[in-house]
Amino acid sequence: MKLLYFAWLKTKIGAAEEELTPPPEVDTVAALLDWLAARDGGYAEALADRKALGVAVNQEYARPEDPVGPDDEVALFPPVTGG
Amino acid sequence: MIRVQREDFDVGAEMAALTAGNHAIGGLAVFVGLVRDVAGEAALGAMTLEHYPGMTEKMLERIEAEANQRWPLEASLIVHRTGRLEPGERIVLVAAASRHRQAAFEACQFLIDWLKTKAPFWKLEETEDGPKWVEARGSDDQATERWKTPRPDAGG
Repeated sequence: MKLLYFAWLKTKIGAAEEELTPPPEVDTVAALLDWLAARDGGYAEALADRKALGVAVNQEYARPEDPVGPDDEVALFPPVTGG
Repeated sequence: MIRVQREDFDVGAEMAALTAGNHAIGGLAVFVGLVRDVAGEAALGAMTLEHYPGMTEKMLERIEAEANQRWPLEASLIVHRTGRLEPGERIVLVAAASRHRQAAFEACQFLIDWLKTKAPFWKLEETEDGPKWVEARGSDDQATERWKTPRPDAGG
């Protein structure tokens, strides 16, 4: 699974992207966020406020209950501020 | 048509290109967003626009397609810059051309209102208090409320 981090999440986690292999039971966005937050490093702090977190799976906005799989591209980011 | 680019754009040239040869167009509405020199209370030195290559283009295309579905547009355009920009620089252009002005005005506002809540860009401001990621504004979400179509099962 390819993980991409944007804005201050990138700074807190310490990487712009990484390849991870969560266990097969991590099969929803919510489960993935829980699994990431339990990892060593800045993940817990970056993912502390789930309501202020945007998630995209394969470049489509995703909700906590949406599925994720090992071949997906998952992006985590704060609310967008373009324009 | 949508473009995401580092380079500045020429508003007059874009307007001319949008309407060239199509004399059914009676009205062209254009919005340009610019970098201001304040960030809240602090002075702003510059801002850097980060984006999600691939998803950014996809979302802008989708916003434009919806505008073309909802209004009778002859042409539309979104150009959004990325990278480091200083006060006074142009950030974004959205334009909508139609036979008459109402559709052009409304579609133009729709494009920028939705872009500000749906397009994956993030702004990093360099202020006198240090670098700071801009926080999304509730007023941007509220601005999109005016464009929400009533659900088919709504009562009344």
